[in-house]
Amino acid sequence: MWQDLSDSLKNEEFAVVAVAEEGKGPEQARPWIERVNPTYLSLIDVEHRVASLYGMVNVPQSVWIDEEGHIVRPPETAGATDHFRRNDPGTEGAMTDADLAARVTARDLYYTAVKEWVKTGKHALDGDQARQKLPKFTPQMALADANFRLGLWLRRHDRSAEAEPFLAEASRLHPDSWNIWRQSAELNEAGFAAGPKFWDRVRSLGDKPYYPPPDLPGF
Amino acid sequence: MVTVLTDRGEHEVATTGGLRLSAADAEKISGWTLKPEGMCRDELCVPLAGDARVGGQVDLAAFWSLLGNPVVATATGDAWVLGTAAETRANALAGLQAPDFTLPDLAGVSHSLSELRGKKVFLTTWASW
Repeated sequence: MWQDLSDSLKNEEFAVVAVAEEGKGPEQARPWIERVNPTYLSLIDVEHRVASLYGMVNVPQSVWIDEEGHIVRPPETAGATDHFRRNDPGTEGAMTDADLAARVTARDLYYTAVKEWVKTGKHALDGDQARQKLPKFTPQMALADANFRLGLWLRRHDRSAEAEPFLAEASRLHPDSWNIWRQSAELNEAGFAAGPKFWDRVRSLGDKPYYPPPDLPGF
Repeated sequence: MVTVLTDRGEHEVATTGGLRLSAADAEKISGWTLKPEGMCRDELCVPLAGDARVGGQVDLAAFWSLLGNPVVATATGDAWVLGTAAETRANALAGLQAPDFTLPDLAGVSHSLSELRGKKVFLTTWASW
């Protein structure tokens, strides 16, 4: 996906920077990256530093940055949709063919917008618009970040039992961060933080989105 | 030795109880310099409470909290996070200049966002989990 984006814009002054938020260390990301063997920059962020700096709360989230290093679109969902919620094992539903198609359409729509921006500047927000969409930072979030960072550090140093309360406190202080919760959660057999507790948490969102759609045409 | 994690990096320092350390280590970790008037950076000096400076040692945790930043430590005090206040994070974004960062790729080679100045950048996150 990002390789296609990068390839299709190789004649433009453009770069994809994909940051893996991997609190357990780079080896978690290795198989995924090696499968793609990307030519774009693929970086490993064991401390979730990028999420902290930009106020990101989920993956995938993206920021568009212009040639002068200015943010022209603050963090927003990058092509993912809530269709996956139909697969909730608690409701025994499943994504229909129409859901699957809609999911692909949304992703294509998003990446078409990225390409339009790179080629023509379309969809870039002006300063006031961009500032309005900046994430809000609270003291609770700042304290959550500090707890999360210590928890991740302890876990990487084989001190998981000590890490637990810091990770739990981080999630309690910043409940909107799926990054913090999922990076702290147990993984299922497939290696995803998508066990029963994940689905309980998703269900408790009710009408709120898991992946808020980007404010782009068609969404 | 004690590990101190900040936005500037990870540091190993000697301490004498809590996060009391030498003025030189305090400066290396925080970017603030101990002077008679307090802890100083550029033109700004922040006075320290009497017990936060003893015999050339600085209580960096106390100073960091005084600045309004979060401080978290292990029960034994062998690892500390000197965090960043919400206001500082918000101010860093308010000018819309994309905050710089330096991170390694899989081969361990470091790359900085600022190296890409002159190009449009699609900065995106993902995870294996």
